[in-house]
Amino acid sequence: MNPFSTEALLAALKAQLPGVTVELQRNEAPSAQHSWLIAAQDAVVVAQWLRDKEGFDFCSNVTGVDWPTYLEVVYHLYSIEKRIGPVILRMRTGDRDKSVHLPSLTHVWRAAELQEREIFDLYGVIFDGHADLRRILMWDGFEGHPMRRDYVEPDDYEYEPTAHDHVAERASKHTTGGAE
Amino acid sequence: MGQIDQNLRIELSKQGIVTTTMQELYNWGRRSSVWPLNFGLACCAIEMIAASMARFDIARFGAEVFRPSPRQADLMIVAGTVTKKMAPMVVRLYNQMPEPKYVIAMGACAISGGPFKQGYNVLKGIDRFIPVDVHIPGCPPRPEALLHALITLQKKIDGQPLTGEDRPRHLNADLPSEFLVPTYGPNDLIPASNLTLWRPPQSPVAEPAEVPLATNAEGQK
Repeated sequence: MNPFSTEALLAALKAQLPGVTVELQRNEAPSAQHSWLIAAQDAVVVAQWLRDKEGFDFCSNVTGVDWPTYLEVVYHLYSIEKRIGPVILRMRTGDRDKSVHLPSLTHVWRAAELQEREIFDLYGVIFDGHADLRRILMWDGFEGHPMRRDYVEPDDYEYEPTAHDHVAERASKHTTGGAE
Repeated sequence: MGQIDQNLRIELSKQGIVTTTMQELYNWGRRSSVWPLNFGLACCAIEMIAASMARFDIARFGAEVFRPSPRQADLMIVAGTVTKKMAPMVVRLYNQMPEPKYVIAMGACAISGGPFKQGYNVLKGIDRFIPVDVHIPGCPPRPEALLHALITLQKKIDGQPLTGEDRPRHLNADLPSEFLVPTYGPNDLIPASNLTLWRPPQSPVAEPAEVPLATNAEGQK
């Protein structure tokens, strides 16, 4: 992997595309993988610039994060051609319930297709412009988004002889019907 | 079976006369060619594959012919985690197998849900939907454990009488050979288990209302 400064790349981006809203989120850990927080409306422009002008041809990972007041989507990008990376893009939704739309980057990196579906399935982020936004891990007709912290699991607890910790909690809830 | 004295049989075989019974011959044939269904669900399938290769050599027991179609298979090795999404397909595959058919539930996940038992998406044991003949614990079980399960199954097949009350399911037209395929609900499978096959374990202490195990004519209803 060649030496690579995400700050310098961000400066170049701001010089070439002055209108976009991008903010550097510093990561003070030893890995120092700083990320770019981009506004949803600028995401496609930035993504196309990264792919076409800077050679970031590989989207290795897309994941979701459930924050207390919003949902976040994180893209990890590498350049196979220049052997640099990662550039980490973050996008945030307005809130957790109503304003959960974000632009899809599948037409920039096709590799994002399945992973955006997974984020839709497990976190409930709706990707505008995704060609085939269906559930992928859970079945069609499943209700809720299980990776969210507010997801309520079905009460299918069964007796276990050595229940402890959260399983014991679940057992007591199951037997008392939620009282206590 | 009991028609001929065992010592006489041994004497006869020393003279080159082999005696046998229909039942022995039939069960010997069946147990010596248990063809498994070629299907795996998770990491246990890797151990199953290892068991079928030269080092462990499941062919010693006549079970090396992994069939790619349920129509040709005698044995379903449920090797791995059965997610709720996958469970209807597993039951459907089982239903499509011809009788006589057997099931080995391989590994912690297949017998109980294993480390995923308390999760929202994993079936807590395939015995909720299909009758299991041999359970193998382990995560994953060693190939030797699978071979032991196969030997256990062969002993079971050897002991099956062809007639009478205890005859196996495939010789008794009154017993079902297909089982209920669950459908997807909003959170769980519907039904969550086949209650004719499986009942939830009862807590020895605290469960408030006992579920009656079977409603019979003498009951309140």
